[in-house]
Amino acid sequence: MLNKNKPFSLHLDPEMFRPATAEEKEYISKMRPSSTFFKDGVKRLLKNKVATFSLIVIIVITLASIILPYFWPYSYDEMLGVRPRRPVDASYNDLAPFTYGKTELKKIEAGEKIFPHIFGTDAHGRDYFIRVVYGTRISLAVGFFASIIVLIIGMTIGSIAGYLGGKVDLVIMRIVDIIYSLPDMLVIILLSVVLGRVLNVEGTILEKIGSNIISMFIVFGLLYWVSMARMIRGQILSLREQEYVLSAQATGAGGKWIIRKHLLPNCISVVIISTALQIPNAIFTESFLSFLGLGVNAPMPSLGSLASDALNGIHSYTYRLVIPAVVICLIVLSLNLFGDGLRDAFDPKLNA
Amino acid sequence: MSSKMLFYILKRVLLAILTIWIVITVTFFVMHSVPGGPFVGEKAISKEAQAALEAKYGLDKPLWEQYTTYLEDIVTRFDFGPSLKQRGRMVIDIIMDGMKTSAKLGIIAACYAAVLGITLGAVAALRRNTLLDKTIMVITTAFVSMPSFIMGSFLLIIFSTKLGWLPANGASQGGLILPIITLGLYPMAYITRLTRSSMLDVLGQDYIRTARAKGVSGGKIIFGHALKNSLIPVITYFGPMLAFIVTGSMVVEQIFAVPGIGRQFVSSITNRDYTMIMGTTIFLASLIVIMNLVSDLLYKAVDPRIEFD
Repeated sequence: MLNKNKPFSLHLDPEMFRPATAEEKEYISKMRPSSTFFKDGVKRLLKNKVATFSLIVIIVITLASIILPYFWPYSYDEMLGVRPRRPVDASYNDLAPFTYGKTELKKIEAGEKIFPHIFGTDAHGRDYFIRVVYGTRISLAVGFFASIIVLIIGMTIGSIAGYLGGKVDLVIMRIVDIIYSLPDMLVIILLSVVLGRVLNVEGTILEKIGSNIISMFIVFGLLYWVSMARMIRGQILSLREQEYVLSAQATGAGGKWIIRKHLLPNCISVVIISTALQIPNAIFTESFLSFLGLGVNAPMPSLGSLASDALNGIHSYTYRLVIPAVVICLIVLSLNLFGDGLRDAFDPKLNA
Repeated sequence: MSSKMLFYILKRVLLAILTIWIVITVTFFVMHSVPGGPFVGEKAISKEAQAALEAKYGLDKPLWEQYTTYLEDIVTRFDFGPSLKQRGRMVIDIIMDGMKTSAKLGIIAACYAAVLGITLGAVAALRRNTLLDKTIMVITTAFVSMPSFIMGSFLLIIFSTKLGWLPANGASQGGLILPIITLGLYPMAYITRLTRSSMLDVLGQDYIRTARAKGVSGGKIIFGHALKNSLIPVITYFGPMLAFIVTGSMVVEQIFAVPGIGRQFVSSITNRDYTMIMGTTIFLASLIVIMNLVSDLLYKAVDPRIEFD
């Protein structure tokens, strides 16, 4: 600032050297907290209304399917008409929504409160609402765990092939090519037919899950890792030429360390996206197998098995098909839309 | 044709043959690992009858010999052996019988899916962000997120039970209409989305702008430049589409009672007709592998920019 009284003086104004007050400092500094890649992506994702809404739908459905069975008065395999040492009360079978069986009606006349059967009951007198909720839980779990299996196998093999290159890569990629060209659905059907009979899970912890679901997991682990492995290999191939890998190698880091600490974190967005898009795929496959009678073991319900069971009484009990169908569509649709949103948010380059 | 291209074709054909061989081998050994074998189960039969049956079907020989015979029969005579449950019929005859109906079903469904899908996709891309585009996208998104057996049952309820316009039984007059519609809906929706995104990609290219700047008419740009180039990715979907139609036809034929190969396959699964399961799996798998090969080669042939590696 110029000295107004003596414009040509070379004397400096002591005012200029006064330390700044706290307010002045505040005014000048416009530092924002530094944004990470992850924060950026989440911000972009939340801006996308469709994706956010889908995420909310997924969360609500998941939470409901986990929590509701705990305090619902009926269970998914309880046949309401069956009482010990009594003939089966057929009035409980095929109840319409919000109607009651004979003994329940008596109790209501006596002034007791009975929890309504919101969606009625099925042909065996089981509360249909809780079966749908439980089926949703099973379908989601199958989709989720199948994707995790695919993720782990695909990531391991893909990153090894990409990082080592050379002969290892060649052999792995030929195997991938062959598995890729196998017609997956036919192989899944074939293996499910056989594994369902070969696997003996009685008496183990796995008994509760049922041989059919386990055989499905095995099939997923055997077949579906290839596209994940292919993608990760492609990513790693381009990433390993980067300077930071060279510098890590120069400082003596081993292959395992470089893959885990440097390469995989850098292709994490691709991994997340394709895992999210894998879940609806698994749910589809499960419902298809249920239709063929190779899905979950009875009496455990899944959305697919509920829908295919409903095909028998399709004319008189159409709603029993519509309900699981709507839930499947809702889950698959919102997962697909959420996956698309994830891709847009975390990988703008891939957005074709 | 360059030598590079010939080499590529040779490589792909060899891979396809290898894949088919793997399918045959896996099918054979997986099926023979079922405990007890195919004749154990329903009825208790005497030891002599059991031995006679095994001798008749060659099951008393060592596994390796059975395998080579099976492989040889398939390669030389397309012979998958006799059906275990449909007495006196050969598996290949049952397959061919079913294929008459299923091929008709599949081909018509594929054609209408391709024609409608490409048209809708192109329209959506050209009218981007309009109400029409959004409507098409919402409907196709709904179609791809619904398993085909649910779609089929809904169509059955609406058009056959409630409205009574079309017959529900696939064997009756006009009964193939609903199955064909059901089978084609998913591929159609998928092709629509594929065409739309690839068309949008092409429309942003420089050569389209150049053509516009030169004063080429709108129709010529769309059909001569844009559509032609945006169909290339669609060709790659033809292989997977066939795979979808094959698996989809199992569901659709079951729902609408169409006497085709898919229904035979599903009933052979429930009946545990092992030779039938093996034969159909190998037959359909080979069909898919060959179609994949054709669509892959076609893809390389139409686009001169793609390199052979």
